[in-house]
Amino acid sequence: MSDLLLSLALILVKLGLIFGVILGMAAYLVLAERKILGRMQLRHGPNRLGPFGLIQPMADVIKLITKEDFMPDQADKWLFLFAPGLTALTALLSFVVVPFAPPLTIFGRELPMVVCDLNIGLLYFLGISSLGVYGVVIGGWASNSKYSLLGAMRSIGQLLSYELAMGLALIPVVLSAKSFSLTDVVMSQADWPNLLKHPVAFLIFLVSIAAESKRTPFDMPEAENEIVGGFHTEYSGMRFGLFFVGEYINLVIIGSMLTVLFLGGWHGPLLPPIVWFAIKVLFVAFCFIWARGTMPRLRYDQLLHLGWKVLIPLALLNLLVTAAVLLAIG
Amino acid sequence: MLDNYLPIFTLILIAVCFAIGSTVFSGLIGQKKPSEVKLAPYECGMPLVGTARERFSVKFYIIAMLFIVFDIEVVFMYPWAVMFKRLGMFGFVEMGVFILILLVGYIYVWKKGALEWE
Repeated sequence: MSDLLLSLALILVKLGLIFGVILGMAAYLVLAERKILGRMQLRHGPNRLGPFGLIQPMADVIKLITKEDFMPDQADKWLFLFAPGLTALTALLSFVVVPFAPPLTIFGRELPMVVCDLNIGLLYFLGISSLGVYGVVIGGWASNSKYSLLGAMRSIGQLLSYELAMGLALIPVVLSAKSFSLTDVVMSQADWPNLLKHPVAFLIFLVSIAAESKRTPFDMPEAENEIVGGFHTEYSGMRFGLFFVGEYINLVIIGSMLTVLFLGGWHGPLLPPIVWFAIKVLFVAFCFIWARGTMPRLRYDQLLHLGWKVLIPLALLNLLVTAAVLLAIG
Repeated sequence: MLDNYLPIFTLILIAVCFAIGSTVFSGLIGQKKPSEVKLAPYECGMPLVGTARERFSVKFYIIAMLFIVFDIEVVFMYPWAVMFKRLGMFGFVEMGVFILILLVGYIYVWKKGALEWE
């Protein structure tokens, strides 16, 4: 009985910690993105609230909460209310399986440093991340506005196309880890990170996960300067806030997944594992912000061309070659 | 077995409370001044033209159908990848044949022009 209570308390503590850290990181990534983009465009970025604008995220939250929250009268009411919540939920759920440090031993009990070490962690991540498309599509369709509908349709085509390449790029990782558990995937990179073992898979995964999260240069579903924000055109106040939070949580998740699957997770010399994990995640997030500051948007036909005619055949070929090499070296 | 998924169910509960709580709270303290123009769909300030419930290019539906076909095939590769060591040469040849069949379908789709967007 006390064992059950102890594990329940542990779960709650871990969840609370993760929830706080993720939301805090998402809030400060918004600030970081605005700061870095500002610097890249020879501006200061937000700098009025607190030193270096550090209180800006709090002010943003207060602004979003106190804004008028209205719904277009032609909107599909229940779906319109449901979509932002679904986006935030799917974004939050992915993080449960990410291992951020090696298992810790306290009082003779082995304590895995992950909220729950599912034996199907990788499949869980793929499943949850493909649920993310529903929030966007339902939101865009329910708004009953042309811009929203365009954004929703674009995101269907984009997310579906790149999910295939993403799934195929992960198979070499599974081949060398021999497991779906993300802890095992990190353990298998103790000698060399997967970035060096499977460079082609890494590139395919990088491109497809950028497309999956609708980040520049793949931000056609949102494209502010042609379809005014796409699927969230009609959203205001905290409902828009939930879409926004979901997007930045996704940035943290991209960073974590790239770190876990390809950059060697918590492995690294000198510094403690959790610090290495944080450094890698933040570095990946910085690179994505950097890409937003420098890369032009693709055209939609170029996007689908890249997804279907380049990445998918390349991923299949890479899969076969990797399997053949693994078979040859035993 | 179900123990493993307990944290996920707890998180779903917390996240749903967070989503509902924040929107309800925002609805309570935010101002409410609806007007006819404000509640109309946004079209850059111009008068509305038609509705958004129109027919849409079939290309998007083709992409969705192709996705279902190919994604199911990708799903078959995951168990193979985990068991790769045990299946050995046999598994490799099997997967080669499987991918070959997949490629025939892929080339057919390409030649039919389903992947053209101009």
